[in-house]
Amino acid sequence: MSDTTEIVKASLARRYRAERRFRFYGVLAITISLSFLAFLLISIVFRSIPAFTQSSIHLDVALDAETLGVSENPDYAELRTANYSGAIKKAMRERFPDVSKRKEKKNLYSLISSGAEFQLRDHVISDPTIIGGNTVIWLQADDELDALVAAVDDVTNIGDVKTRLNEQQRGWIAELQQAGEIKTRFNKTFFTNGDSREPELAGIKAALFGSAWTLLVTFLLSFPVAVCAAIYLEEFAPVNRWTDLIEVNINNLAAVPSIVFGLLGLAVFINFFALPRSAPLVGGIVLSLMTLPTIIISSRAALKAVPPSIREAAQGIGASQVQVVFHHVLPLAMPGILTGTIIGLAQALGETAPLLMIGMVAFIVDIPAGITDPATVLPVQVFLWADSPERAFVAKTSAAIVVLLLFLIVMNAVAVLLRKKFERRW
Amino acid sequence: MQSNTLLLVILALAVVSYFFARHKAFGVLKSNGSVSARHSLPAHYGYLLALWCAIPALAILLGWKLFEPGVINGMLVDSLPQQVVDGGDSRIGLYTNDINNLVEAGGIESIADADKQAAAQKLVSLRSASRLVLTVLVLAALLVSLLVGLRHMQPQTQARVIVEKFIKVILVSCASIAILTTMGIVLSVLFESIRFFQQVGFWEFVTGSKWSPQTAIRADQVGSSGSFGAIPLFTGTMLISVIALIVAVPLGLMSAIYLAEYASARTRSIVKPLLEILAGIPTVVYGFFAALTVAPAIRSMGESIGLSVSSESALAAGAVMGIMIIPFVSSLSDDVITSVPQSIRDASFGLGATQAETIRKVVLPAALPGIVSSVLLAASRAIGETMIVVMAAGLAANLTANPLEAVTTVTVQIVTLLTGDQEFESAKTLAAFALGLMLFVATLLLNVIALYTVRRYREQYD
Repeated sequence: MSDTTEIVKASLARRYRAERRFRFYGVLAITISLSFLAFLLISIVFRSIPAFTQSSIHLDVALDAETLGVSENPDYAELRTANYSGAIKKAMRERFPDVSKRKEKKNLYSLISSGAEFQLRDHVISDPTIIGGNTVIWLQADDELDALVAAVDDVTNIGDVKTRLNEQQRGWIAELQQAGEIKTRFNKTFFTNGDSREPELAGIKAALFGSAWTLLVTFLLSFPVAVCAAIYLEEFAPVNRWTDLIEVNINNLAAVPSIVFGLLGLAVFINFFALPRSAPLVGGIVLSLMTLPTIIISSRAALKAVPPSIREAAQGIGASQVQVVFHHVLPLAMPGILTGTIIGLAQALGETAPLLMIGMVAFIVDIPAGITDPATVLPVQVFLWADSPERAFVAKTSAAIVVLLLFLIVMNAVAVLLRKKFERRW
Repeated sequence: MQSNTLLLVILALAVVSYFFARHKAFGVLKSNGSVSARHSLPAHYGYLLALWCAIPALAILLGWKLFEPGVINGMLVDSLPQQVVDGGDSRIGLYTNDINNLVEAGGIESIADADKQAAAQKLVSLRSASRLVLTVLVLAALLVSLLVGLRHMQPQTQARVIVEKFIKVILVSCASIAILTTMGIVLSVLFESIRFFQQVGFWEFVTGSKWSPQTAIRADQVGSSGSFGAIPLFTGTMLISVIALIVAVPLGLMSAIYLAEYASARTRSIVKPLLEILAGIPTVVYGFFAALTVAPAIRSMGESIGLSVSSESALAAGAVMGIMIIPFVSSLSDDVITSVPQSIRDASFGLGATQAETIRKVVLPAALPGIVSSVLLAASRAIGETMIVVMAAGLAANLTANPLEAVTTVTVQIVTLLTGDQEFESAKTLAAFALGLMLFVATLLLNVIALYTVRRYREQYD
């Protein structure tokens, strides 16, 4: 045996160890990355759980005209402005008759959400004949109660769970629980309300509608423009400087930070063209400029994938270039183009920064009814709630994120399915 | 007529003329022989007439709508009382705004101020006159262009050629929107920046080390010096981006190497999309995660070993941003590693190298330009990333390289300067555009360098 072989043999064990180590680093990198992903998703889903349930308190409210401050036969206007919170407070006092001190009373009232009076109001307006008698109603509980009931089984013994409720308040809650007068059910309010300062009343409906309007504008603008641009670049563009310039621009735009598009929207559409601030119209325009490169690039790929034989066959039977493209190439490329569009729109749905620039960061309670109404979108709602000091907003934020992610998953799944179903290999 | 009604009229007429011309052409072509032997299809004649009918009227409508507000405003200003006009532009602006609001609110008769009432009446009459003229113009245009179009409907007209030319013009203009967008970005950011640099010197901006954009409203106000030295922002951005890259490059690169060289096709088809989910999660989610989970965790970890960690530390924002940009590194690196020809690997194996040695000594050097460009692209992402830093990094402009302290970034400052109510002309607002310009230029440079390296690299193996 020669020396070289000896040397090689001696080093083999070390080299194989290095090989295994290197491979292990690869597995490790993937594991770490994916466990970050899992941790992120799990922690957010876990935090969101309390937001999907809502506690209510069973109350027997006396609706005498005197407490409500209305006449014997009240009209609609009177019913709208009647003193429902007084009635609720009275009912609470009657439920816990031994509460007498001012401060204690205040603590007692704080168990019920400040939105409960509107609940009672709607209940009474739907059937005014109940005035004068008693009504039994489940009223929304305060967010602190909500969080506590969701967190622990026994509210008198809470361990190290943090809460603002004091011992006496927890005693009342325990009493209500034992009497079966607190129940927890699915939180419909979260999906039917707009934003609110009170966590238990805050919902994502306004943000969902804002997102829908914004995405509609984005789709209507970006889809036709992007498809036309892709068709031009793929099928018609002569090789010249203008074409080169367009291509360079599209590639660069794809990498411009999204916040810069927000600056563009602010300077051009709001200050120069004087379009309304905070409106889905401007948001949609900005987002469509942002998603254009994505959709153009994927549409071009889809057009390129249509084999030349299709074009040649169409030309062979006398179709003009425009006819070839619009009658044959485009329909065949459509699934690919739609896939790209959905992915682009999913990107737009999750975008926040440019919308902050154009003022879609407003406190929106009402559901926007059109593209020029002030609106906010789901990710911006997440951003706003994430800034709120109330602890219950953490759950609300997480729940809004879960809803946002669900939409993104659905959109991407549709894109994948579309590709799978219509993908053709020639 | 209202402009919406006009639009509907135009579109309806266009549709009608399409069917009319198609029908007509069908008859004429048929009587002259077979339809298919003709140069253009009947539908082409339909499209041609519809275009003739709609385009001039639409152009008038659009042009009118664009210029109407300015012209009406100008005529209104001309009729304003002298003392308002003497008050300068801002006074005129306020006054006309006031009148606009009064007119929107309705009930002009009840306006107390006689001057304002006169102006409001003037505005209303101007508007109705404008609407009348517009209606007449659009209807006339429709009529004339329809007649001209009908005269063009001859059997020898090459309708297809004209229609297809029009389609191509539409296609070119759609493609050119990309250029318009870039120009829009450059111009809007540049103009505002120039106005900013007229108030604050360029060198003061790029070399100053004190950032406190609160400009004094009163001359004697305390603590509102309004100094615009952007160095702390640049260093803060760099610090967070570097932390992000320190997290993302090893993880992304090793993942890419494993996926490209070791993993089975099946593993690859599962893991690659999973990794790409990381890039698909909205950044606001990462921001929430960084502020709520990662930052407190790092803080308590630091405290347990006796370090004082800011609750908005650069480390938390940077680490989370690093996770976000892992796919940017891994996807592109994966592509370039797989595009290294197999023959090079085989040659290395033939000399007795192990797989790891081949990757380290042969594949990676060959793929290096592509990997470098993927890192540059990831860096440009990190610099431009906004939501994570807005939610998890601080607002105070500290000039520090300590990752445990709070720093602020260019994007955070743009958001803080521009959200909320402020007048558009102040140096504070304009500073956001100057920062935007810096951001745009920096990311553009990184991207150009990245594309250039990739392009040079590709030529080696093709």
